[in-house]
Amino acid sequence: MKKTKTVNQQVPSVDGKGIMMGRPAFTDDLTPRNALVIKVLRSPHAFAKITSIDTSEAERIEGVELILTHKDFKRNAYTRAGQGYPEPSPHDKFVLDEYVRYVGDEVAAVAAVDEATAEAAVKAIDVEYEKLDPVLDFETAKDNDTLVHPEDDIYEMFPIGFDPKRNVAASYHMEVGDVEKTLSESEITVENTYYTQAQAHVMLEPHTVNAQLDYQNRLVLISATQTPWHVRRILSQTLEIPLSRIRVIKPRVGGGFGGKQAIHGEMLAAAVTMRTGQPSRLTYTREEVFESSYTRHPMRMTIRMGAKRDGTITSIDFHGLSDTGAYGEHALTVYMVTGSKVLPLYNKVDAVRFQGDIVYTNHVSSGAYRGYGAVQGNYAVESTIDMLAEKLGMDPFALREKNMMLENETSPIFEIMGEGTEGTAMVMESNKLDYCVARGKELIGYDEKYPRRETGESKVRSIGGAIAMQGSGIPYIDMGAATIKLNDDGFYNLTVGATDIGQGSDTILAQIAAEQLGVAVDKVIVYSSDTDLTPFDVGAYASSTTYVSGNAVLKAARSMRRMVIDEAARTLDVNAEDITFEGEVFKVEGSAPLTLSDLSNRLYYNEDQKQLTTTGSYYGTKSPPPFMAGFVEIELDTETGEYEILEYASVVDCGTTINPALARGQVEGGLMQGIGMAAFEDVEYSKKGKMITGDLLNYKIPTNLSVKKFTTEFADSYEESGPYGAKSVAEIGTDTPPAAIANAVYNAVGVRIDSLPITPEKIQKAMNDKKENDV
Amino acid sequence: MKISLTLNNRPKTFDVAPDEYLVDTLRRYGYTSVRRGCDTTSCGVCTLLVDDKPVPSCAFLSARADGARLTTVEGIPETASKLAEHFGERGADQCGFCNPGIALAVHSMEQSGMPADDATIDHYLVGNLCRCTGYQSQREAIKAYLGDKK
Ligand code: FES
Ligand code: FES
Repeated sequence: MKKTKTVNQQVPSVDGKGIMMGRPAFTDDLTPRNALVIKVLRSPHAFAKITSIDTSEAERIEGVELILTHKDFKRNAYTRAGQGYPEPSPHDKFVLDEYVRYVGDEVAAVAAVDEATAEAAVKAIDVEYEKLDPVLDFETAKDNDTLVHPEDDIYEMFPIGFDPKRNVAASYHMEVGDVEKTLSESEITVENTYYTQAQAHVMLEPHTVNAQLDYQNRLVLISATQTPWHVRRILSQTLEIPLSRIRVIKPRVGGGFGGKQAIHGEMLAAAVTMRTGQPSRLTYTREEVFESSYTRHPMRMTIRMGAKRDGTITSIDFHGLSDTGAYGEHALTVYMVTGSKVLPLYNKVDAVRFQGDIVYTNHVSSGAYRGYGAVQGNYAVESTIDMLAEKLGMDPFALREKNMMLENETSPIFEIMGEGTEGTAMVMESNKLDYCVARGKELIGYDEKYPRRETGESKVRSIGGAIAMQGSGIPYIDMGAATIKLNDDGFYNLTVGATDIGQGSDTILAQIAAEQLGVAVDKVIVYSSDTDLTPFDVGAYASSTTYVSGNAVLKAARSMRRMVIDEAARTLDVNAEDITFEGEVFKVEGSAPLTLSDLSNRLYYNEDQKQLTTTGSYYGTKSPPPFMAGFVEIELDTETGEYEILEYASVVDCGTTINPALARGQVEGGLMQGIGMAAFEDVEYSKKGKMITGDLLNYKIPTNLSVKKFTTEFADSYEESGPYGAKSVAEIGTDTPPAAIANAVYNAVGVRIDSLPITPEKIQKAMNDKKENDV
Repeated sequence: MKISLTLNNRPKTFDVAPDEYLVDTLRRYGYTSVRRGCDTTSCGVCTLLVDDKPVPSCAFLSARADGARLTTVEGIPETASKLAEHFGERGADQCGFCNPGIALAVHSMEQSGMPADDATIDHYLVGNLCRCTGYQSQREAIKAYLGDKK
């Protein structure tokens, strides 16, 4: 890689200080003081038809300005998913509907002058329900007597296997080679079934939105969203407001992790403000965030793997079932990623099959969540790899090294599977997985510590690991754009559609621009995501920002650099080629140097006046995967099954790290969410379908005591197609912990936990069962 | 009812409802650095110093704050700014929703003269949840900040 001044250097984030100092930044900090407070009446039933709603008593309460029920909305089926258009998710949701499909589903909305009044009005609404039998077990959802979506005015945008009359939101099948034949001819086969649970996002800033009509009578929403353009489009289509009359502003967002990719309160806030003319605000309570937003898709996955005795893996069969809950957001695409971002890791097989249904149930909807299927699939496949290694009598990493995809290799799956559609063929031009594995083993001390050591009476320490891949945006679909403007005094504005949701994209995009323009980062003032003011971007999802939006910034910066050189040439009356320019001073042999500051002052005030501005946009023609190897060392108490995570060592190939500190933050934050999912996080429901883990007392997320030590390193890697060699890094951290910890537990005590989370109770029970069987 | 108190060293009088919590009063009066992350006193986002002790302002009745000395992160700009630099160096600053609460907790830890070792930091900050980082970068940054001050 060429020497860089800003990229791949230690650069503080552009916003960290202001945020730490408490400046107004987040949506609720920017809410108009006089905004009406919106509160939502939510369903107490897992499945019911509303037979009557009486709002008369609530309407009489002083301070109540508006009450909305399903009767107030035209039936326009839409999807809240927040994806590219046309969406690969079924249009199966109405703003408010006569059916409620999970405990927490919206029944009615109240807008009132303050919170207490709104709450009182919500309580005063009288609803009669006809209770229906809910589907609460996703394994019995298909062809169940209960139809979660009996209505006829819902539809798919293009074929995704949508079959609501069988409770199927989407379904998928693909096969390369002949899996049954290859498996039957395999010398060694293994098979196992895995279950993954619903996980809650728990971004610390709850879903928040406010709306107002501005003095041009346009609807302005400030929203904690990952996808402002999708929000604008979906609002326009569903509420039938012209797109040109809507502005969506994304301020600082307090974490998203996929949870804020979708539409949440925006629809109701927009409706209230359009009808009352008054500003409104809707902030979810923590309970609403849990009960009425999204979870990760729970899945059942059966893996069959065949191999030759020498350890060559010949076939993989992946058969899954995914629970999309009440609505089908991301149903197909999350499931496809379960295969497409895992199976190519083992690209030398003769046959591979991937299939499954994504079914409706009366649970909270599942949606996008960091890792997006890959973490589920990784757990199943990477657990099975360890099982296969044992059966072969091989070291599990020797087995991986023998079979995994290497640099300059490819997999037919890339071409077959995209996200909701066909994929894009590509060769791995940067893939340092071999280094990641070798270095990761060193970091964790694999050779000395694998598989286990007794460390006390009832204590064992053990090692487990897994490898993973992700993507960098969705080729030919995800687009990002950036505009760069020169100011007098010679500094730049960079406006981007890319949505910083706390991952640091504003900083890394400013770094990319600064590097190309040859200035310090503080000479690039970055502003992100406002549908009126910044260019388009699909938003922060699919690990796309660094790669897709970063490339757009790079294009814009290249063009701006040419523009200032051309202007300098005109001013100095020389040929552009004769100018040497690092970024601040134009030098020509034999004449006095011209500074960028002087040039720009001249351009804005004195001579040949003009505004210099340029826009770059980019969409990927491939999606170069980042790779990683993750290793965990645990200490397990063989009496209680309790275990402690002593160290999680990872080596990541994400190409160039534009900002090494922020990249580390992404990896370790992702790991922590994966560890939470692996070890204890679990959304649970009562028998009647009510979430019983709907607050932070009953749903625990990792604390600063959860992991003793992270060791995180990056491989020296350069992706030709990425900006300054970068690939994505946002999601990959999440993927390895479930399999790595399951493998470590197996190595400690010889029991394979094939359902998440891997709790002490499950370990203890499995150990007892094993003891009984062994006798 | 009216309460009088000191907020960031300035005398203030607020009109509050008897069942109102400090986080809501302060936000209502425009002190938006104090934010709400939960309804169960579990996250630490709303941390505020009351007479120099960190408390969750979502569980502190405003009425009880009459006569108290309150500090929000705006009252400790030097701590916040220095701490932010250490966070920045280690990628510990992500969405930052948890950061003002952490700055206040660190400030009070510093005042109390506790040792700046990992165990003490972890113990002191265990109530300040963060969903973005892996905590380790925060711990390192806090340690470096407290170390600088020695
Ligand atoms: S808001 Fe969560 S502890 Fe106060
Ligand atoms: S940085 Fe986002 S919650 Fe801590």
